[in-house]
Formats: sequence, structure tokens, C-alpha cells
Amino acid sequence: MKALTMRWYKLRQSAWLKPRNSVIAIPYLWLLLFFLVPFVIVLKISFAEAQIAIPPYTDLITLANDQLSININLGNFVWLFNDDLYFSAYLSSIRIALVSTLFCLLIGYPMALAISRAPASSRNVLLLLVILPSWTSFLIRIYAWIGILKPNGYINNALMAMGVIDTPIVMLHTDFAVYVGIVYAYLPFMILPLYANMMKLDHSLVEASSDLGASPVTTLFKVIIPLTKAGIIAGCMLVFIPAVGEFVIPELLGGPETLMIGKILWEEFFNNRDWPVASAVAIIMLALLILPIMWFDRYQNKQMEEQS
Amino acid sequence: MTLKHESNTTSKVLMELKNLSKSFDGHQAVRHVDLKIYEGEIFALLGGSGCGKSTLLRMLSGFELPTEGSILFAGEDIAKVPPYKRPFNMMFQSYALFPHMTVEANVAYGLKQDKMKKADIDARVSEMLKLVHMEEYRKRKPDQLSGGQRQRVALARSLAKKPRLLLLDEPMGALDKKLRGEMQLELVDIIKQVGVTCVMVTHDQEEAMTMADRIAVMQAGEILQIGSPHDIYEYPNCRFVADFIGTVNLFDGTIADEEPAFVVIDVPNLAAPIYIDHGISGPGGNRRVNIAIRPEKVRMSATPPEEKYNWGKGIIDDLAYLGQHSIYHILLPDNQFVQVTQTNDNRRERPFELEQEIYLHWTPDACVVLEE
Amino acid sequence: MNRFSFSRMMLWLGLVFLYAPMLILIIYSFNESRLVTVWAGFSTKWYGELLRNDKLLDAVGNSLQIAFFSASGAVVLGTLAAYVLTRFRGFKGSTLLRGMITAPLVMPEVITGLSLLLLFVAMAQLLGWPEGRGMTTIWIAHTTFCTAYVAVVVGSRLSEMDMSIEEAARDLGASPIKVFFQITLPIIAPALISGWLLAFTLSLDDLVIASFVSGPGSTTLPMVVFSSVRLGVSPEINALATIIITLVTSLVFASWWYARRVEKARKREMQRMLAS
Repeated sequence: MKALTMRWYKLRQSAWLKPRNSVIAIPYLWLLLFFLVPFVIVLKISFAEAQIAIPPYTDLITLANDQLSININLGNFVWLFNDDLYFSAYLSSIRIALVSTLFCLLIGYPMALAISRAPASSRNVLLLLVILPSWTSFLIRIYAWIGILKPNGYINNALMAMGVIDTPIVMLHTDFAVYVGIVYAYLPFMILPLYANMMKLDHSLVEASSDLGASPVTTLFKVIIPLTKAGIIAGCMLVFIPAVGEFVIPELLGGPETLMIGKILWEEFFNNRDWPVASAVAIIMLALLILPIMWFDRYQNKQMEEQS
Repeated sequence: MTLKHESNTTSKVLMELKNLSKSFDGHQAVRHVDLKIYEGEIFALLGGSGCGKSTLLRMLSGFELPTEGSILFAGEDIAKVPPYKRPFNMMFQSYALFPHMTVEANVAYGLKQDKMKKADIDARVSEMLKLVHMEEYRKRKPDQLSGGQRQRVALARSLAKKPRLLLLDEPMGALDKKLRGEMQLELVDIIKQVGVTCVMVTHDQEEAMTMADRIAVMQAGEILQIGSPHDIYEYPNCRFVADFIGTVNLFDGTIADEEPAFVVIDVPNLAAPIYIDHGISGPGGNRRVNIAIRPEKVRMSATPPEEKYNWGKGIIDDLAYLGQHSIYHILLPDNQFVQVTQTNDNRRERPFELEQEIYLHWTPDACVVLEE
Repeated sequence: MNRFSFSRMMLWLGLVFLYAPMLILIIYSFNESRLVTVWAGFSTKWYGELLRNDKLLDAVGNSLQIAFFSASGAVVLGTLAAYVLTRFRGFKGSTLLRGMITAPLVMPEVITGLSLLLLFVAMAQLLGWPEGRGMTTIWIAHTTFCTAYVAVVVGSRLSEMDMSIEEAARDLGASPIKVFFQITLPIIAPALISGWLLAFTLSLDDLVIASFVSGPGSTTLPMVVFSSVRLGVSPEINALATIIITLVTSLVFASWWYARRVEKARKREMQRMLAS
């Protein structure tokens, strides 16, 4: 009798498992096919050679005259490592992304702090005001800076009208403009996780610190900042990782000497039509970013687990 | 009726609150509070939620600015001094231990702000942890401690700086019931050992009575009565205090005869008038008064008492046998219930039965006359 | 208490920094002159020009269509993914799924775009589908990266939700599927709506990924804007910017105002019930 019930129970359990598995399978397969598999293909093509054909690259595995041959071409990577252009592009991408992230943090942290300290009634409006720009067009917000920074743009016109300068300052098409653009575009992504983290902070900890004789500045550095570390990491990753691969901002605001890897990849692909080199550029970018991405992933998962 | 039992009159005043008020968006949380705190005492602010006790405590610690009035400490008004410049420390209800620091670092935090030498800090931290019996946990993080242990660390942290005043916000609020009783007595021991003056906030009357030397009962932002636990229980000055502290039976009555040495009050629900063996400096022309009697001060008997005063007649409507004592609900005429507690000092079977007609009586000093 | 006055000052400066460029865009969209940065009198003629730009209007149509279908697809996939991750804990491969949900949030767009293009090319070679690239391939690409955003929005709502509500429904005899449709879905509906809107704006805004996977005849609005902006400032783009900013702002504030009104009515109702 007992065995029978057990079997019935198992049967029911496996039946219950079936729809469950298909529910898991739908998003799983989609993301596997359209997110993970593409990277394998990029890796594959980075080992191919460019050729004038459709598609414009050679096959790794060919079957000709009953001979199966695998052609792994390391030429693209050798090329990337030997050419100074690529190496300095990687370096300057990381430098630009790091500096921009730092500025985002320096501007965003006090802003997030001020919003979290605001009266509950105005908090939502302030947060909305911070996010709102990111819902309008990214491209157009970057475009706005062309008019502001160009030689006969608003800043130069105003300064010349006031007599501060005689000749326009060159700001557009410089690294400076790229910094401004990245900070401007990504600031909301820094503030959001910081704010979310600060709202979770138990305010009595801040009061306890003050009660024990710590000045507001000491409290900020000894209590508030250490306890919002998770938000700082998330915010920095949300800015740094996409900024490394940024294309639109260096293209529109940067100059010819602004080397950023996203722009190089774009040019290899669209202008030179060299898909294998573009793939190799992407693979190296991924290799550089894989650690920050995993760090971000781990943080996000920890957040999700803490919540539930 | 104003039996003032001002204790500690010989001690020095540590702090004085004068006409202290606080309002939030037009809502008056604390109204015109005048209060003296004496050196070395444990003072409890007792009241229900929203009575203003926490706001008052937060003004003492400096987290809220009073809208009116002053806090005099060592001859100076410190009402506007920020918390980090006051020589007071608080033990928070949630303990507010810094989760990213060890027990040791938590206790040392306040000392570090005073730029103390490292060796002195270490010595002081050890001394404090020894005081609260937490020496072996100094390297742990707060999330590796039990509720009771956290409270000990929080206490050590707030005492480390030798504060002139220790503030306790619902000190037992985060503990389970069993632990509370033990910790209440231990906390008092430690505070008395250190000799620090202490102001605590609680909604639990038992906790206030166990721990405090003096209690202030608060309601709607005002202090209704200040006194020792004994004063507050035995001589409440108003209906609210009598009702809030313990259980009380209240009667409406009219003064029939008032002399300097005694008062006679007619109560329609009782068979005999109430006689009180002392004069009352009552409300001038107002002949209507409230009389309060505690349940344990009432005696029950099956036969009518001989006295002319202080008794009534009723039916046992409900009874609960609780072992050491029993609680009876007696129904008087006019549907008024009286609660009576009787100690079960005899192993005989139940002295009274449900629905039984009985007589209630009490001594002339059992009643308290209250203001409305 | 001016304890955080520095941060408050930074907040206002930061908001000025965020809004001043957009404000300038709007003001100069009414400029008579073709020279965008020199004021030459008030005019609305650039809005008229915009309406006569067929290429741009076509692109708007394409973009709206793609955004609508991508947002809808992303809500279905993202909700499933979030549900699976919050309710079926620790199944085999859950870590990988988590990774595939969070990584697209930060993945540089050029990598996503390139990798998807190469996938489509490889699939076309292998399976004969998709033939060429166009609206469908952009839809797939957008659905994929938007799924991640929807999953995060819906996931945080799901994990905040009181699980005992679902357990109560199951206890009362509802099957897991019924519980999902009758209990869970109505409760997380606001998150689905905000997830959909987020996905919609993300899809509408994407230039890089769409540029990689688009084909002839599937030019989206950002692609048109980009090719124009590359050549420098143009008053037509200012006019377009003004329309987009006004549209988004009014939609956002309308929904915020509506949500606030609902909340206030609820509070009033609560107070009335407590008072009586």
C-alpha cells in the first residue's frame, strides 16, 4: 500500500515538474540562443580570415577533396597586438571610462544622498527628475552638447560676448567633450543604485554615529559610505562597463585623436568590412570586461537573494 | 488629593527641561514639558505609542530640535547643540550596531572620535566588554550575535565614553519576553554600578516600575504625573494614570460630607457610601468626583459587612483561577463591573461560585479620589 | 538643520547640469535661423519641415512598430525569467540564467550588436533563416536585451511580494497555473506596465544594435537622426528633440500625477474608514 502511494506521489511530482520545466525552458532557450551562442560565433569568426564574399570571412572547417581541414587563423590577434593603434585604443578606452566613472560617482553620490535625505513627499519627484532624461533620446542628449561645445556654440558665444575670450576655446572633438558626454549620459545610472542602497540604510546607524560624537563628515566616511558599498559598486559597473565600449559619444563628441575601442570596432566592421578583425576586437574587449561583468553579476544576484 | 512624593530632593539637579515643546507640521508631539532630572537616578518616560515620549528623548539626544523651550545642562541651554557635541549617549531600540564593524570596533567607535590614544581605547573597550560579560565576543560581527548579546554590546558602546547621561530607547523592545525580565534587573545593576544618570523611554509599565527610580506618565505630549513607582501606583493623580498603570475600578460619586479629616461620598452603584479617612483639596464647587480602587484592595465575603461605609453588593459574573490568585468580575446594579483579585492563601475548594451573590468591602485608605 | 547642505547644493547643480542642455535644445528649436546657435527670431518652421521629411516619418513608423513588439516580447520573456528565478529556486543552471539576465544590462552595445549580426548570418547560412536582415532581426535583438531590463523590474516586485498570498491560493486548491494568472499576475501588473514602458523606450532609443542587425528598408529613427547629426547641428533635429522631450515628460508626469491621485484617494478612504 505504502509503495503504491509512493509511486502515485512520484507520478504526480513528475507531472508537476513537466510544466515547470517548460516554463523554465522558454526564457532559457531564448537567451541561450540569442545571447550566449552569438558570443561563441564571435569567437569562431575572430579566428577566420577576411575575404571578399558573402559572408565576408573564411570557414574554419572546410571539407575539400575528402580532406577535413581546420584553419585557425591567429593573424587577427597577432595584428591587434602588434599594432599600437589597438593597444592604445584599449588603454585610452579604459582611462576615459575610469575617469568618467569617477566623476559620475563624485557628482552622483551627493545627489543620491540629498534625494534620500529629502522629505518623503518630494523624494519621488526628485528621483523622477533624475531618471527622466534617460527616458528621452540618448542620441539627442549627446547631440545637445555639440551645440554647446562647438567653436561657435553657446559657451564660446557667451564667453566672447562677455569679453572673457577673444578666440573660441576648442572643446568639441576633444577628450574633454567625451568625458562630459559620458558623465552626462550615464549619471542617472550611477544615482539609481546609490539611491536604492541609501534608502535601505538604517537611519538609526547614522544617528548612533552622531550620538557617539562623530561629526557629519566622519559619519559619512565611517558609516554611510562603507554601508553603501554595494550601491557604489553597482553604480560604477553600470557606468564603467558600457562606457568602455561606447561608440556614439566618441563618434559625435570626440576628435580624430580620441581612441575608443567601440569606435574602432564600428569602423573595422562598417568602414573596412573586416568582420574577423572586428570580432577579434570584440573578443579582447570582452576579455577585459569579463571580470567587471562577473563582479556586477555577483552583486546583482546577492541583491536579489537578499530581497527574497 | 495632591500627595506629592518628590523623591531625591536632596540630590543635585543634572538637567532641567523648561517649557519644552515640539511640533511636526502643525501636530504638537510634545507640549510645554517641565522636568528635572537628578544626578544618579533612573528616570522613565512611560506612555502609549504617540504620546510624545520618544520625541522628548530625541530632543534630549539632539536628534530633534525643540520648537520652543530650553534644555538646561550644567547651566547652559543645550537645546540646539548637535548630538555629536553632547556628553550624552543613547542605546537605540534596534541597538543600531554598525554591521560592518566588529564588537570591539563598535565599542571603540565613540572613543576614537575623542582622539584617545590607542592603548587607552583598548583598555577602555576591554573594561566595558568585561562589564557586560562579552569579552570573548570582541572579534565577532553584530550579525553573529544573539539579541541579548547585541543589547550588551549596545550598552557597552553607549557607556564607553562615560556619558553624563545615558538614554535608553525602549531598552527591552527587541528582546523576547523571557529574556526581558532577566535583562531588566541586570541592566539596572550595571547602570547603578557605573553610577550614570539614565533616562529611558518605554511603553511597558512593568518595565518602568522594575527599572526606574522615578516615572513620568505621558499622554498627548504632556506629562500627567511624575513620581516613584509606588506613588504612581498607589496615588495616581488622574483617571488616565490610574487606568494606564495596572487595573483599576472607577466609581462616579457625589461628595455628601467634606471635613478636614474625612470625606463621605455617595455612590449610586454601591449599597453604602464611601468614607475616606483624609481630607481632599478637591475641585472647588464641583461635588462630582471619581473614585479609584485597585482590584487587590477589595475584599469579598458571603455575608454583609457590619460597617456603615465602604461596601457594596453584586453577583459573580466571571471568575478566573490563576493559581496564586483568582480574578473575579462582579456585576453591580446599573451594569457596572468591578474587578477583584483575591490571593488563594487557602487550599480549600473555591471560596465563591459563579452567579453567587456576594459583598465587596474595603478599608477607608483604599480609595483614591481623582480629577476628571 | 543644514547637515547635508553640500549634498543639497550638488543635487541642484546636478539637476541643472542634466536639464540645461535639453532646455537649450528646446529654446533653439524655435529659432528662425538655420545656424542653430545664433538666435534670429521666433519661428515654428522647423516643425513644418519635420512633417515633410518622409524619410524621417517612415523611420518613426518603423521604430514605433519595433518598439511595440519588442516591449511585448520582452515582457513575456522577462516575466517568465523573473518568475523562474524568484520562485523555482536553485534549479540546475539557475546561475547561468541569472548571468544571462544581468549581463546584458552592462554589455557594451557594439558587442551585442556584432554578436547578434554574426548569429543571424550563421543561421541564414545553416538554416536559410532569417533571409536577409530587417524588422524581424531588429525585433529579436531588441527583445533579447530588453528582456533583461524587464526581468530586473519584475523580479524586484516578485521578491517583494508576500509569498504567503500565493501559498494561500494553492492551499485553497488553485493549480500553479491558476495561481500565476489569477493571483501573481494581477499583483505584479504595475511592474509589468513599467517594464513594458522601459523596454519600449529602450527599443525606441537604440542606435548601435539596430545599426548592426538592420537591413535595407528597416531604418529606425535613431539611425536617421544619427546620420543627420554626424553632419553637424540642424534645427530640424532640435524640433524633433523638443517633440520627444515634451512627449516623454508629459507622459511621465501624467502617470506620476495619476499614481499620486490614486494613492491620495486610497489614503482618504483609509482615514474615512478609520474615523467612522
